[in-house]
Amino acid sequence: MATIDTHNPADHAQGDGHQPDLSLPPHERYHAAHHFRDSNHEFDAVKMGVWLFLSTEVLLFSGMFVAYAIFRMMYPEAFIHGSSLLNWKIGLTNTVVLLLSSYTVAAAVRAAQTGNQKWLQRHIVLTFILGTMFLLIKVIFEYYPKWQEGKLPGQFYSYPYWVSPAEPLWWGVYWGATGIHATHVIGGMGLFLWLLIRARKGHFGPKHYNAVEGVGLYWHIVDIVWIFLFPMLYLIH
Amino acid sequence: MATIGDIRKPGEPAHSHGHHASYLERKGGFWTTIVDWMTTVDHKKIGVMYLVAILFMFFLGGVAALAVRYELLQPTVMTTDASGVRQLTGQALSIFVPAESRSSVGPGNQVYNRVMTMHGVIMVFLVIVPSIPASLGNFLLPLMLGARDVAFPRLNLASWYVYLLGSIFAILAIIQGGVDTGWTFYTPYSTTTDEGHWNVVWMVTAAFILGFSSIFTGLNFVVTVHKLRAPGMGWFDMPLFVWGIYGAAIIQVLATPVIGITLLLLLFERLFHIGVFDPRLGGDPVLFQHFFWFYSHPVVYVMILPGMAVMSEMIALTARKQIFGYRAVAFSSLAIAGISFIVWGHHLFTSQGEVAAVIFSALTFLVAIPSAVKVFNWIATLYKGSIVIKAWSLYALAFLFLFSIGGLTGLFLGTLAVDLHLHDTYFVVAHFHYVMMGGTIIAFIGAIHFWWPKMFGKMYNEFGAQLGFWLVFIGFNLTFFPQFIMGAHGMPRRYANFTDDFLIYHQLSTYGSWLLGVGFLVHLLTFIHSLVAGAKALPNPWGALTLEWTNAASPPIEHNFDHEPVWTHGPYDFDTVIPPQTRPGEFTLPRPADNGVR
Repeated sequence: MATIDTHNPADHAQGDGHQPDLSLPPHERYHAAHHFRDSNHEFDAVKMGVWLFLSTEVLLFSGMFVAYAIFRMMYPEAFIHGSSLLNWKIGLTNTVVLLLSSYTVAAAVRAAQTGNQKWLQRHIVLTFILGTMFLLIKVIFEYYPKWQEGKLPGQFYSYPYWVSPAEPLWWGVYWGATGIHATHVIGGMGLFLWLLIRARKGHFGPKHYNAVEGVGLYWHIVDIVWIFLFPMLYLIH
Repeated sequence: MATIGDIRKPGEPAHSHGHHASYLERKGGFWTTIVDWMTTVDHKKIGVMYLVAILFMFFLGGVAALAVRYELLQPTVMTTDASGVRQLTGQALSIFVPAESRSSVGPGNQVYNRVMTMHGVIMVFLVIVPSIPASLGNFLLPLMLGARDVAFPRLNLASWYVYLLGSIFAILAIIQGGVDTGWTFYTPYSTTTDEGHWNVVWMVTAAFILGFSSIFTGLNFVVTVHKLRAPGMGWFDMPLFVWGIYGAAIIQVLATPVIGITLLLLLFERLFHIGVFDPRLGGDPVLFQHFFWFYSHPVVYVMILPGMAVMSEMIALTARKQIFGYRAVAFSSLAIAGISFIVWGHHLFTSQGEVAAVIFSALTFLVAIPSAVKVFNWIATLYKGSIVIKAWSLYALAFLFLFSIGGLTGLFLGTLAVDLHLHDTYFVVAHFHYVMMGGTIIAFIGAIHFWWPKMFGKMYNEFGAQLGFWLVFIGFNLTFFPQFIMGAHGMPRRYANFTDDFLIYHQLSTYGSWLLGVGFLVHLLTFIHSLVAGAKALPNPWGALTLEWTNAASPPIEHNFDHEPVWTHGPYDFDTVIPPQTRPGEFTLPRPADNGVR
């Protein structure tokens, strides 16, 4: 849908009879896709599409939240004991890491709006690094030790010190919810790599930053989901 | 009496042979054309590709339905061992799946369960949910709004490929021996049957993947309706087709993610036994039913709303009158979309508390209101109209008849006391076939006839089409009406064996299914004949007033319109506007008497 003028002027000369000025960077030469009136029109549509997509994400996670609520009601002891086995300090560290990354991605959008190419790239890289940190902390301090101790879902559960027989279910909810969230973090990092490649080609500037805006919004929803998961899993006793 | 001929706005082409090529024009040799279609982001081509894929799946699901009905021709199950079926599927398909990974298909009852599930899964997930929105919606929505394409054309193409991927998974699951869970994948069936085999996993994965295709389409349509209307076209100037598709698209976006997480949890449950739906581990199988129906009830309206959308267009044109109560019909689409999210509990009357059942029963009756608003408005539109009889208008009238039966029998099932007797009987089967098939599929087939000249630029044989209609209509009623009676007499659904009391009803039903099959065959031949030897279609053969007929050629040019159309008259202003682009003298200004009811 989005088209950047290629270095072959003939392509566009045919389309709208206007010659792109190749001395300008790609984001200055940007044309909205042919079915939009102009790039503002396109930006509005893209933004609305992204928001709708975010609503589907919220509904996806809502399934996990409902499962949590119901089973917590059915087996409070299992959930309270299971929760006490989580280390809230690690959860809090990860919350801070994700909040920081939310700042850097917002700053990246701002840099694109002001046309600051250097800081646009730097903020994308910073966000990517923070995402990696989140995953590393998660795997090294949480997933791996729990795997070793047998704090695993359902039939894989082998941790001997349980107080309620429903604890395998608690770990099912824990691994399910955080696992789906972590998958979204990994997906987001793929998107940041894509943004970085495009940013280095100069695709984004004040007139055209749809992708930065969209990925930024996605990253915020990943962040917000964690903001809900953290107290739900680690803090409520 | 004013007679108006070939009126065109200046600069608009009379035929597709202007300087702009039709979207169907071949770009080169065979392979070039194939590659062109496979990589196209043109909503018209994607719509046609969807149409072909969906009709193919409809054929597969239909064959399964005929097999189910054939089995029910006699009271006891026909084959006690299914070696015949096994050999057939095994030999034909052993290339893809090694024999040892195929689950063994046991005696006849199990074959029956698998074929029945195959019918259900294919018809629901691969045919009815995408049917009208993905094929006709894709083709028509931008044209009706005066846009050049949907908002996100590449996402649109992606949705088709995702649909294809989901279909492949579903077909592989069937090849491996099929699934016997029923299309609802209820736990614990879906977590325990065929242990050690992958067919259930593949089938659930297929449904999960198809959800993405549905979300992509819905998201695209919502944004397109919001952002890409022609200059001058306000919300209440849109054709009612767009309102119906819009309502369905909202449900697609907001309900499908829930089935996503449900099927994901089901996969985790089956593969890792995490315990969420397994009572042995503390889980709750009824939770699956809640999750499942929280999606699958709204999705019932994803199926029927597009059918209603098509109806509003066809009814107005059948009567050649301003549609009665435009705003009521438009808002009833949104009302149906809204209410659809709070009635899922009526699928679990027997597996939830009494208070919840009472509340869900009351809420269920609410849906009847906007549905009835639509039906009454259509009937009021027909009143004193100058009704044209064509194949598509026959389908529109049939929809009124069949959907009313389907809708009203839904009230029986929503009533707690009656439902106690009727639940899980053939009454339910008949009810939802009258709505899903008598509603959506009938509207779909009618709509294909209606927009066929626009899509392919060819007319079809009217006699063949009407013959097909009568076969389908009579066959349909013969198939499903006896099921109401035997359901009320207590014949449970999903059984391959029954007592002799039900024999006559089952036989009638099976004979009806043959008639239905012949009817669809006649339609297929009519369409093939039209593609090969059909007369060239005028831009506006039915004399309609929506933009796809008045401002686009038949078939439309690649960019839809020569110039961005400007909205000048309402979609149903038959009393003041003479349909342009049609045959000289065919449509006349309406007489004052025709304007009686507005």
